[in-house]
Amino acid sequence: MKAGVSTILGGLASRYFSWGRAINRFSTSVAVEEPIRPTVQIDYTQLLINGQFVDAASGKTFPTLDPRTGEVIAHVAEGDTEDVNRAVSAARKAFDEGPWPKMTPYERSCIIYRFADLLEKHRNEIAALETWDNGKPYEQAANVEIPLVIRNFRYYAGWADKIHGLTVPADGPYHVQTLHEPIGVAGQLVPWNFPLLIYSWKVGPALACGNTMVLKTAELTPLSALYVSKLFLEAGLPPGVLNVISGFGPTAGAALCSHMDVDKLDFTGSTNTGKIVLGLASKSNLKKVTLELGGKSPIIVCEDADIDLAVEHAHTAVFFNQGQCCCAGSRTFVHESVYNEFIEKAKARALKRVVGDPFKKGVEQGPQIDGEQFKKILNYIRSGIESGATLEYGGERVGSKGYYIQPTVFSNVEDNMLIAKEEIFGPVQSILKFKTFDEVIRRANTTQFGLAAGVFTKNINTANTLTRALRVGTVWINCYFVFDAAIPFGGNKMSGNGREKGIYGLSNYFQVKAVVTPLKNPAWL
Amino acid sequence: MGSHGNDNLESSVKIPTIKFTKLFVNGEFVDSISGFNLSLSLCDRSISMFLLVCHVDKEDVDLAVNAARHAFDDGPWPRMPGSERAKRMMKFADLIDQNVEELAALDTLDAGKLFSMGKAVDIPSSADTLRYYAGAADKIHGDVLKMSREFHAYTLHEPIGVVGHIIPWNFPTTLFFLKVSPALAAGCTMIVKPAEQTPLSALYYAHLAKLAGIPDGVLNVVTGFGPTAGAAICSHMDIDAVSFTGSTEVGRIVMKAAAESNLKVVSLELGGKSPLIIFDDADVDMAAQLALIGILYNKGEICVASSRVYVQEGIYDKLVKKLVEMAKAWVVGDPFDPKVQQGPQVDKEQFDKILTYIEHGKREGATLLTGGKPLALGGKGYYVEPTIFAEVKEDMLIAKDEIFGPVLALAKFKTIDEAIKRANSTRYGLAAGIVTKDLDVANTVSRSLRAGTIWINCYFAFGNDCPFGGYKMSGFGKDSGLEALHKYLQVKSVVTPLYNSPWL
Repeated sequence: MKAGVSTILGGLASRYFSWGRAINRFSTSVAVEEPIRPTVQIDYTQLLINGQFVDAASGKTFPTLDPRTGEVIAHVAEGDTEDVNRAVSAARKAFDEGPWPKMTPYERSCIIYRFADLLEKHRNEIAALETWDNGKPYEQAANVEIPLVIRNFRYYAGWADKIHGLTVPADGPYHVQTLHEPIGVAGQLVPWNFPLLIYSWKVGPALACGNTMVLKTAELTPLSALYVSKLFLEAGLPPGVLNVISGFGPTAGAALCSHMDVDKLDFTGSTNTGKIVLGLASKSNLKKVTLELGGKSPIIVCEDADIDLAVEHAHTAVFFNQGQCCCAGSRTFVHESVYNEFIEKAKARALKRVVGDPFKKGVEQGPQIDGEQFKKILNYIRSGIESGATLEYGGERVGSKGYYIQPTVFSNVEDNMLIAKEEIFGPVQSILKFKTFDEVIRRANTTQFGLAAGVFTKNINTANTLTRALRVGTVWINCYFVFDAAIPFGGNKMSGNGREKGIYGLSNYFQVKAVVTPLKNPAWL
Repeated sequence: MGSHGNDNLESSVKIPTIKFTKLFVNGEFVDSISGFNLSLSLCDRSISMFLLVCHVDKEDVDLAVNAARHAFDDGPWPRMPGSERAKRMMKFADLIDQNVEELAALDTLDAGKLFSMGKAVDIPSSADTLRYYAGAADKIHGDVLKMSREFHAYTLHEPIGVVGHIIPWNFPTTLFFLKVSPALAAGCTMIVKPAEQTPLSALYYAHLAKLAGIPDGVLNVVTGFGPTAGAAICSHMDIDAVSFTGSTEVGRIVMKAAAESNLKVVSLELGGKSPLIIFDDADVDMAAQLALIGILYNKGEICVASSRVYVQEGIYDKLVKKLVEMAKAWVVGDPFDPKVQQGPQVDKEQFDKILTYIEHGKREGATLLTGGKPLALGGKGYYVEPTIFAEVKEDMLIAKDEIFGPVLALAKFKTIDEAIKRANSTRYGLAAGIVTKDLDVANTVSRSLRAGTIWINCYFAFGNDCPFGGYKMSGFGKDSGLEALHKYLQVKSVVTPLYNSPWL
């Protein structure tokens, strides 16, 4: 039987109420309790190629682990070059012979809409799977992420029949049009921090434009994509249009990036891996590449800001999803006049943060994804302390099992410290002090990254000046993490290239063909 | 002669019980204040049936406008995210799909339209139209602008407010949704006045809209006549835009009323006398088929009917022979009969008008190739034979006026320039067709014709994404496509100075 997650929640509620008080205080104890067993079943662990779930050609599998315990959830087929080859040829055939790109755009949109309806129907199971594999709070998955996933698919379903080329005024008697044609077979590489959300950013526009694809999930979180892709088949997506490969970067990922029959790559992940992806694309067939990479996003809290609002958003900006967000607000610049107040309040807010089993009601922060990240983050925390930053709060692991880390707040952070320069990808807030706008603009921009920024001010001129001066892909003014299907997202500098979501996200998945023919005796030009 | 279908069809089609005959105002079906009822005659086919539908007057329109105004100024509809409006519009579309049979039957009863076409095309494609605009509701983008000084500026595309839609009787469902769907997506509220001949499906749609979660007051339907209800809408001081489809004559009245009241924004989709130009290199069968369907579809009661067909001299004889053969084989009869290709004209007035034009044609010296007479099927109804006149000149009444019936005017031409000139010698400019294999001819003629839609080697190729509307006295403003959405939006520019911007 598939999960009645409402039953889980029922169970959670009674647990919550019996230990409710403990949760309201700092909940170190929560993590050491027996992990709550999700009642979702793992039904799909094979590769999805040409509409069929199949074993890897090698027969190999790899374990996917529960970040709460480090224990095995399931063994998943391990895709490698040969599997990627099969998936690409299925996608190639589905593209070259159809029916997908030959269908009417309206028919494509109806299939995507149907898929969104199925996601809605199964949202509780999907959220449970996401939490189990990733460790993110169930409430976050169910109430924030899965609804965003559904919204993304509906949004792009609506685009399918509105992708317009242009008629173009040329200098002379020519009739010129542009056709926005699907690119072909796309290779998509999805990270582990938002396995389904980023799946929707990539699959939605690719399908709307009429492409076919091979999607490689992260080896740490292979489960949810397999589950939902099965729903896509149910919604009427023809076989071969969407193929899903579980596996590792250096094997399956590299095979996809180097494949001569893949026309497009869309990668979200670290900047280092992004460089490899771009390199493989250039060494093989110069396939087009969209990259959404790392960040070290600044938040600027001005003198006139609503401090409580800024504290709350800056908190969420760095602690949401255990700090595992590419656009985490990991450098918080606070004006000197409000610096001390801000630190006190930020500390108090971190102290209230509820860490614990992500399946438990009211939990805000679960475990980090795995042991490697866990160690890396603790190392960064140590480096922060050693380099002279003031540890205001946290800094330790929580419990003795799994990968839980305390929300950690540093003040007196300097620009040249490692914790201010590198992407930590963990629950570590760094608070820096500034005096003038020119200074903070320069410091905020002194980074190889350029993904996002937050600005807190009530002054319209300050907001406009900072907005234009920050070299980033998104500026949130008096808010943070406002994600919507219609809002483009992506980075400047080494945070990547291209924009996903919104109307801009479509342009990653069509190519423009100019069509030119002379006009004889035109009535006008 | 046009043959006819089953004379004695007491069809397998169930005539639906008429559920809604009152006005729909602020989410409720209500009686009209005036207490008048409109007697709706459904005797245009072989059955007779009378029905009383509310007939509204100015006071009823006032109530409906108040409701729409309130729903716009204070209500949730323009204030909810586009994606939420989209969700409800998608549900509305699903409800239409669930009631296809009944809705198609209402339009057939009301307008004599083919039941099979209604069921297969008009009704389901209207659900598709709603879905198309549902998908557009969350994609209304403004621009961020390049100012020539230190300013930050952007545009907001805001819903225009309360819209009055006035819908004709020839496509009661299709045109209802071509107007209502983009206005809903834009976040407007509205008053819809269906034609007095065809009020039934509109009332049913109001009921479905409520079930779909469209808030009260957003979609109001008032049934009644042009000079009363229609005029009240056009001159209302609290209506921000009026979107009208109908005759050029009435379009002029609509615009005048708007001008004399509050200068509301007007869009008009009016009459046509659309040319179809067939060149020597055309495929004869295809050309004949397009010419025939172009004039006989929906009994010629369609504003884009290809009512003037220009044929190049080299292909003329072959084409005309083929066309006449096909017209003679065309099946006229009870629109509920699935074998029938043409039902009765909508009412006696139209029927008489068409026959008068046919007499004009004969008198003015055009050659009647086929048809030309009424068809008496069981002694009832307003059936007209498919009629083709040849050697028609541009100054003849049948070449100048919109007949709105199954009457085709044929003419022969020699050169491209002549064809362009003659095709353009009309006060209308709704659509045109070109049949040729020659790329240069197709391109030249496309740009030369002063019409809103050009169909090359096709006709009636409508699409939800394809804007539709006229040049010249065929009106202005587009239905369909994202252009139609913009008809229900207005642009606000917002400007503020910039200080120390690193780029401009």
